[in-house]
Amino acid sequence: MADLSVSVVSADAEIWTGEARQVVARTTIGQIGLLAGHEPVLGILAEGAVRITTLDGNVLEVLAKDGFLSMQADVVTVVASSAELVS
Amino acid sequence: MGAQLRVYRQKIRSAQTTKKITRAMELIAASRIQKALVRVQASAPYARAVTRAVSAVATYSNVQHVLTTEPEKITRSAVVIFASDRGLAGAFNSNVLKAGEELSTLLHQQGKEVVYYVVGRRAVGYFAFRRRAIQKEWIGDTDSPTFATAQEIGEELVRAFVQSTAEGGVDEIHIVYNRFVSMLTQTPEVVRLLPLEVVEGVEEPGGEALPLYEFEPDSATVLDALLPVYIESRIFNALLQSAASKHAATQKAMKSASDNADTLIRDYTRLANNARQSEITQQISEIVGGADALSSAK
Repeated sequence: MADLSVSVVSADAEIWTGEARQVVARTTIGQIGLLAGHEPVLGILAEGAVRITTLDGNVLEVLAKDGFLSMQADVVTVVASSAELVS
Repeated sequence: MGAQLRVYRQKIRSAQTTKKITRAMELIAASRIQKALVRVQASAPYARAVTRAVSAVATYSNVQHVLTTEPEKITRSAVVIFASDRGLAGAFNSNVLKAGEELSTLLHQQGKEVVYYVVGRRAVGYFAFRRRAIQKEWIGDTDSPTFATAQEIGEELVRAFVQSTAEGGVDEIHIVYNRFVSMLTQTPEVVRLLPLEVVEGVEEPGGEALPLYEFEPDSATVLDALLPVYIESRIFNALLQSAASKHAATQKAMKSASDNADTLIRDYTRLANNARQSEITQQISEIVGGADALSSAK
C-alpha cells in the first residue's frame, strides 16, 4: 500500500514532515481517518490531537490549534496557527 | 599642552567612543538579520499551505464571502503602517512613512476618508508629533514579531472591515511595509489587503488544475475559517519582512557611522599631529631666542 507524505506546519515553523501510514484527525463535524488514496479533503480541525501513524508503527500526536487539514494526491498537510508535537 | 591640541585629542576620544558603540550595534544587527531571515523562511510553508487552501476553495466553490466582495462605493479606507520601535536605521522608517503619506494623499484625492493603524513606536511618534489620530497602535513587538501580534492585528482589521462604514468600519485596507529585497535594499511596499482578490489557481505551477476537494463541513464554513487565517499569515509575513529589513537597515546605517568615525579619527589625528609639531617648533624657537638674548646680554 502506498504511503502518505505528511507535513505539519505552524505559523512560524515546520513541526514535522515525513512518511506515514495513517492520519486520524478531528474536524468540526467528526473524526476523519486518512489512508493513502483518500479523495481530496479540506477540513477545519476541531480542538484535539491529530494522530499520525508513521511507517514503523509509532503514533505521533500533534496538538493543533485553529487549524485545518488538507489532503490531496497522498499529500497531507496539517496547518495550524500553533501546533505542538506531544509524543 | 596647547589648547588646540587638547581640543583635537578630546574630539578623537569622543569619535572613538562613538565608533565602539556603532560597531557593536552593527554586529548585533548583523546577527539579528540572520535570525529574522530564518524566521521569514520558516513561516513560508505555512503561508504556502494557507494560500493553496484558499485558492482551492475559491476555485471550486462559488461562495461569495464578505471579505472578498468589493463594496459598491468606498468611502473610508484604512492604512496600516509597519514601522519599527527603534530608530538608528537610516531611512527605514522615513521610507515607509513617506510611502504611507503618498498612499493617503492618493486616497484623499479619490475622496476617501483615511484611518490609520500603526505598528511600531517610531511611526506612533510621527503621528503624535503631527497631532494626527491613530485608530489603533501596536508597539513593542517589531524586533522579533510573534504570530500572536499578527493574529491580534488581523482580528482587529477584519472586525473593522466587516463593520459598516456608518458604525466606524472601513471599506478597504491597505498595508505599507518594508520588503526585504537583499541586505542592501529594502523597498517600501504598498499592498491592498482587503477586500481580497483571490486569483484562482495562481499558485499552481504549470497550470495544473486543483483537484475537486471534499469540504468538511462545507465550502462556505471552510472559507469562513480560512480567510481570516490567510489575512493573519499575510500580516505575519509583513511583520517578519519589516523586522528583517529593519535589522538590515540598522546594520547598513551603523556601518556607515563606524566608517565616518574612522574618517573623523584619521582627520583629527592629522590635525593633532600638526598642532603638536607646531607647538614643539614654537618651543624650540622660544628656547633658541631666549638663549640668544642671554648670550647677547653678556
